[in-house]
Formats: sequence, structure tokens, C-alpha cells
Amino acid sequence: MIELYLFLFIMLIAAVIATEIKDLLAAVISLGAVGFSVAIMFILVQAPDLAIVQIVVEILTIVIFVAVVFRTTHIDETIGKRFASTHILSMVLFSLFAFLFLAAVVQSLRELPRFGYATMRVASEYIRLGLSECGGANIVADVILDFRALDTLGEATVLFTSVIGVLALMRKIGRKR
Amino acid sequence: MRGMSLVVKVVTNIVVGFIFIYGVYIILHGHLTPGGGFAGGVIIAGALVLRILAFGVEPVSEKRAEERASAFESLGALLFIGIAFAGLIIGGAFFLNFLPQGTPLRLLSGGIIPLCNIAIGIKVGAGLFTIFLALAAIKYVMED
Repeated sequence: MIELYLFLFIMLIAAVIATEIKDLLAAVISLGAVGFSVAIMFILVQAPDLAIVQIVVEILTIVIFVAVVFRTTHIDETIGKRFASTHILSMVLFSLFAFLFLAAVVQSLRELPRFGYATMRVASEYIRLGLSECGGANIVADVILDFRALDTLGEATVLFTSVIGVLALMRKIGRKR
Repeated sequence: MRGMSLVVKVVTNIVVGFIFIYGVYIILHGHLTPGGGFAGGVIIAGALVLRILAFGVEPVSEKRAEERASAFESLGALLFIGIAFAGLIIGGAFFLNFLPQGTPLRLLSGGIIPLCNIAIGIKVGAGLFTIFLALAAIKYVMED
């Protein structure tokens, strides 16, 4: 379990670097460090399905980010002139909120069941009946495409809607100069 | 979009087919090994994006590729919801697993699960490629 906390720590550091560094290419790389740490954590808790998706999506995102950075600018000009008085006020308010939020999260995480021991009966039923009811050897595929296929349909609809949204925003016809 | 240097082009020529085949493998074996339609579709989209980034593309053929990719995305979505309605018509339940299960651990097993994986793979791969092409084409729109 200690290695999970190690990667969590790496993620925190990389995320802070990604927001604070002035060079945008370095920020993109730190963002990639966050994503790949998540992928390694998925492997450590034995979820290879999620790890594959996480790695591939991360690579695709970083490629698009790097392409944008190469085409526009390397320098983040908003960093450096953020210490006006209103910014200090907002930072104080944010720290207060973050502290309260963390306190609430710690309180609620105490209530969770131990890792790997689900209290819900549904999950164990999925594992017990997966192979015999659906016939797929990969239980994840059984769950997302048979037991809970309706959820997957919703997920596919989200992707479909986002593609339509991008196409509608980026279209040439009807664009005002 | 301009292409990249000769080194990138040669390496891309070698690996892009393997990446594509790997994506197809991940989709087809989604019910047996880790992976599935979503992961395999993203890998296929990655192969196509790699090819476009390395070799570049003319604005006209980019527009045509975008239309075709969009059509493939709609085809994947139609296939997926068609499988769902086939279950409703044949067995009386949305997303019913109406095909025979076969022996576990074989490629042809799991009823509709491999079909759903293929539909989602087409949909996700074409959808992400469409988004990439639309974002890449914005430059020409700005220049016009």
C-alpha cells in the first residue's frame, strides 16, 4: 500500500508544477506525469483494463497538447503577475475551502469499507455469475457490456455528443469573421 | 498540415501498421483479456493521428477524411444501439445477450459482448479521430 501513497505524492508534486511553471511544454510533461502515475496506480491495484485506457488516452491527450504548444507559444504569460490584493484574498478563501473539504473527505473516508472487501452484494454477484451467465472470460467486459450495458450506452452517447459538439463548433459554414 | 522530418516519416511507416493491428487485437479479444472496445478504439485513433501528424495532410483531403470518420462514428453508434434493439426484438429485453455463449476462453464466446466491443471500437476510434481532424482543421478556418 505504501507505493500507492508514493505515487499519490508524485502526482501532487507534478500537478503543482504543471500549474505553476512558466514553460507550457514543461507543464504538459508534468501533466503527463500525473496521468501515468494514475495508470501505474491502476496496475498496482490490479485493474489492467483501466490502466490500458488511461495510458492510451493520456498519450493521445499529450500529443494534442504538445501539437497546440508547438503551434502557439511556449510561455505562460499569466504567471508572475498574479499577486494583486484580490488574488491574495482569493487564495486565502481557497485555502480555507480546501482545508474544510479535506477535513470532510478524511471524515467520510473513515466510513468506507476496507480496500478489496466490498459490502455491496451486487459486486460479488457480478463476479460469481460473470462467466456462467455471459460467457466472457474478462469479467470487466461482462459487467460493462452485459450486466450494465445501459451505462455503456450512456457513455457512448456522451462521446457521440462531444464529437457532434466539436464538429458544430469548428465548422466552416456560418462562421463570422 | 505540414508533415514532419524524414526520420519521423520512416519510423511512422514501420510502426503505424503494427499499432493499428494491436488496436484491432485489443478490440477483438476484449471479452478475453484486459482491454475492449474503448481502449482498442483509442489505440486505432492513435495510429491514425500518428500518420496524420507525421505525413501531414492537404486541407481538401482533411475535410473529406473528417466527413468519412464522422460517418464511421455514426455507423458504430448505430451498430451498438442496433444490437441493443435486436435483444429487445428477439428476447424482449433491451441489451439481452441473445446469442449462444459458446465455450469460455474461446474467441467466439460471450454472445453479444464481442459484437458490442467491435461497435464501440469503431465508434470510439472514428470519434476521437474526427475530433482530432476538426481541431487540426481550425487553422485553415482561421486563415480563410
